[in-house]
Amino acid sequence: MPLAHRLRHLHTDQPHLFLLALMMILALLSINPLTWLVLTISGVAMGAMLFLMASGMTLTFGLMGVLNLAHGAFISLGAFAGATVMTFWMADTAEHADLLVNLLAIVPAMLFAMVVAGMVGLVFEHLVIKPVYGDHLKQILVTVGGSIILMQLIEVVWGANDMPVPRPESLQGAFIVSDAVPLIGGIALEKFRLVAVVLGLAVYGLMLWIIDRTRIGILIRAGVESREMVEIQGYRIHWLFLGVFVAGSALAGLGGTMWGMYQEILSPHMGDEMMISVIVVIILGGLGSIRGCFYGAVLVGLINLYVGFLEPRLAAVATVGLMVGVLMWRPQGLIPVIKV
Amino acid sequence: MTEPILSLSGIRADIAQYHILHGVDLVIPRGELTVLLGRNGAGKSTTLRTIMGLTTVTDGNVRYRDTDITGWPTPRIARSGIAFVPESMGIFGLLTVRENLILAAVNGPMDEARLDWIFALFPPLKTFWNRPAGNLSGGQKQMLAIARAVIEPRELLLVDEPTKGLAPAIINDLADAFEQLKSQQVSILLVEQNFNFSRRLGQSVAVMSDGAIVHAGSMAELADNADLQHELLGLALGAHQ
Repeated sequence: MPLAHRLRHLHTDQPHLFLLALMMILALLSINPLTWLVLTISGVAMGAMLFLMASGMTLTFGLMGVLNLAHGAFISLGAFAGATVMTFWMADTAEHADLLVNLLAIVPAMLFAMVVAGMVGLVFEHLVIKPVYGDHLKQILVTVGGSIILMQLIEVVWGANDMPVPRPESLQGAFIVSDAVPLIGGIALEKFRLVAVVLGLAVYGLMLWIIDRTRIGILIRAGVESREMVEIQGYRIHWLFLGVFVAGSALAGLGGTMWGMYQEILSPHMGDEMMISVIVVIILGGLGSIRGCFYGAVLVGLINLYVGFLEPRLAAVATVGLMVGVLMWRPQGLIPVIKV
Repeated sequence: MTEPILSLSGIRADIAQYHILHGVDLVIPRGELTVLLGRNGAGKSTTLRTIMGLTTVTDGNVRYRDTDITGWPTPRIARSGIAFVPESMGIFGLLTVRENLILAAVNGPMDEARLDWIFALFPPLKTFWNRPAGNLSGGQKQMLAIARAVIEPRELLLVDEPTKGLAPAIINDLADAFEQLKSQQVSILLVEQNFNFSRRLGQSVAVMSDGAIVHAGSMAELADNADLQHELLGLALGAHQ
């Protein structure tokens, strides 16, 4: 198949891959290849963390039609909850460089963050979201209000000041690729970013497996198409909504923990500050689409790093510009979820 | 008369500010196929939706197997043994045929023997087993909608206009499928506009007009009485042959 034909095929059928390839090729033409490689890995790592933070929001919007603007507060909550466990654990093992011991500190922190964010999500859905299903204007109003309350509660529990987060010893610094390795010898790859890539890919794979291969995934996809028909089959859609909302909140908590450790400093408003990127990611990918969310997050991560390297002042503009450009090309996003 | 499986007494229901059902009284005999006829806008589809709990009852009650199910949530009604095939068919177009049926089997994995029976009833479902249901033709979607309703044993099927927009050959296949379901003593309430299809299948019939039942009796009686058809439905059987 000729290259031009292949590109046209990719442009029409796989717009996310086409855009990804286009962006990487344009960056490669403008940046030194080794720097490009480091920026690409860093961009994918940032995309992985963005995916963790955004996937819950796209899921709740896709299935429930709920625009939860308090999602950022769940990111903050997860970051603080995770940091609390990290601080407690690191008090004894701060100098411990053993990777296994360090990973053992991260895993309970992430689990605790997910449990806390999920439990608060359970209460939040019952008190704030449930009364406003189907009314987007009220959803915006009550979730903004709920977000303010959650952030105030974070300040009550953890204080209003910024909080430093210890990063485990073995996840600090970078791997230096040996000069003996051809082509990529000498480049530095930040360890934590590699962990973020692995975790992001693992969560993405797990979510795709659940959505594509399990009964609960079939139910979620069916619910996105028609809630009424799901009920007619005998399933209580509200239990499904509740489960998805709790899972979405837990994912926000997980993303918050990773983002907090990456930043190494937390503030109650850190989740809110991420909301612009999160919203760009889910609009770019197609509201409600897990695959779209993943590729949207990687694209936002990459454009941030590439443009940030070439002209730092344009990084934020480029992110929004990417979204505007994609929406003009494909108004439903890169991988839309079709509702009937 | 056969013992009723479902009875509606004085059902009133509104949609937004409109009063749609004005005291519907209807009895569905167990193990029979009852056809609900009436002109467009008579309230037939709303009656089915009301039985399923999709439209709120403002007065009256729905009794199923001697239990008052008025006000029950839709999933509870579905799990009690009533399956509903809406006029739109309600196929999940992004799911495969297989996934549509997996979802419909609410009590666990699909029974292989029953699945084979469904494949014999509707062969295209086996052919397109792993294809997205949205890619099926109108007739195949209707087959899937009915297969979904019977993938597990149900006592009562509510089917809304299954022949709408379908080719005569497909309608014939559907009629054969309903005959098989009848032979298994499944009770069926069928809303139809196609009188020939109704006459072939129906044992009892009810006619609706302006949100109420205006006639109920045997299908044979209505099929043999052209004047009654004309009076109730504004048609003569000859015009539909």
